[in-house]
Amino acid sequence: MLKELYNKKRKQLFLGFLIGVAFGFLLDRGGATDFNIIVNQLLLRDFRVLKIIFTAIITGMIGVHIIVRYLPPELQPKPCQWKPIIIGGLIFGVGFAVLGLCPGTAAGAMGTGAIHAIFGVIGMLLGAGIFASVYTYIEDFMAESDLGPVTIPESLEINKWWIILVFSIILAAIMFFLESAGF
Amino acid sequence: MNIISSDLWSPYVVGIGIGILIWLGFIFSNKAIGCSTAYARTSGMAERAVRGKKVEEKPYYKKFVPEIDWEWMLVLGIVVGSLISSLLSGSFRLETVPLIWQNTFGSSQILRFIGALIGGLLLGFGARMAGGCTSGHGLSGTSQLSVGSWLAFIFFFIGGISTALLLYGGI
Repeated sequence: MLKELYNKKRKQLFLGFLIGVAFGFLLDRGGATDFNIIVNQLLLRDFRVLKIIFTAIITGMIGVHIIVRYLPPELQPKPCQWKPIIIGGLIFGVGFAVLGLCPGTAAGAMGTGAIHAIFGVIGMLLGAGIFASVYTYIEDFMAESDLGPVTIPESLEINKWWIILVFSIILAAIMFFLESAGF
Repeated sequence: MNIISSDLWSPYVVGIGIGILIWLGFIFSNKAIGCSTAYARTSGMAERAVRGKKVEEKPYYKKFVPEIDWEWMLVLGIVVGSLISSLLSGSFRLETVPLIWQNTFGSSQILRFIGALIGGLLLGFGARMAGGCTSGHGLSGTSQLSVGSWLAFIFFFIGGISTALLLYGGI
């Protein structure tokens, strides 16, 4: 039944939209659509954004691994192209601080009336377009360090539930520490 | 406290909610939530509108066909969802120069718009090079315990924290 649903194009587009509406609502309630809250996180003055992300990872990690165990979906980890990930990740990070928003939260910020976020979105369209144009020239570099779609349990050869337990404890401990330190 | 009009919710409640949305994306759509490919596809659609069908021949657009897909609708939904949220809470307001930016670079709107454009450009390029953004890598990829996504997530914040400290931190 679920597998049939995956092929229904119009229904899927509508589902994507619905999940997006809920996502945008939550991002705004979390404060993540606000430039000041994101920049204060990057300045390590306010840890609201990391608390949201860590809690979402714990919740997501446990749920997703139960889902792929009992339902049709399978894990879909992205390829670990470590060189482009590190370089692209750092470039992304610089943009993250300058715009004060990321691709998802910039869309959300537009919804809350942030005019400057519209320029951020135009910039992202240009940046993605430039990447598409230079892709031909860096395709080999992208593929060169590709380790494939590896997961942490696979590469460490440890049962995934142990990893999930340890990661959940570490992330929860960091959040507990932040709360105790008054953040 | 009225939950509908309360401006900010506990980050833990929001985080659990977003985690559940990751489940729903997997269960009902077999999709991992992500945002940055929508920008690549839109860029392709815009370029195709100007330069015609030959744009589709670019190798990158063969991988990420310029069309409206699930993620594209997700990003559109984010705009609508945050609009609804901010209207209900009363936090909706037109913002041209955010406070921290203003304290650092002054109240020029043009300067902020140029800054936002440059920031966006780096985000768009970096996300496509890294293969995802704070959602695709930072939430969905990390939840799947993907090695590349954890690496990306860490480097997003290394780049972000160091740049923010340099720009706004008075260092």
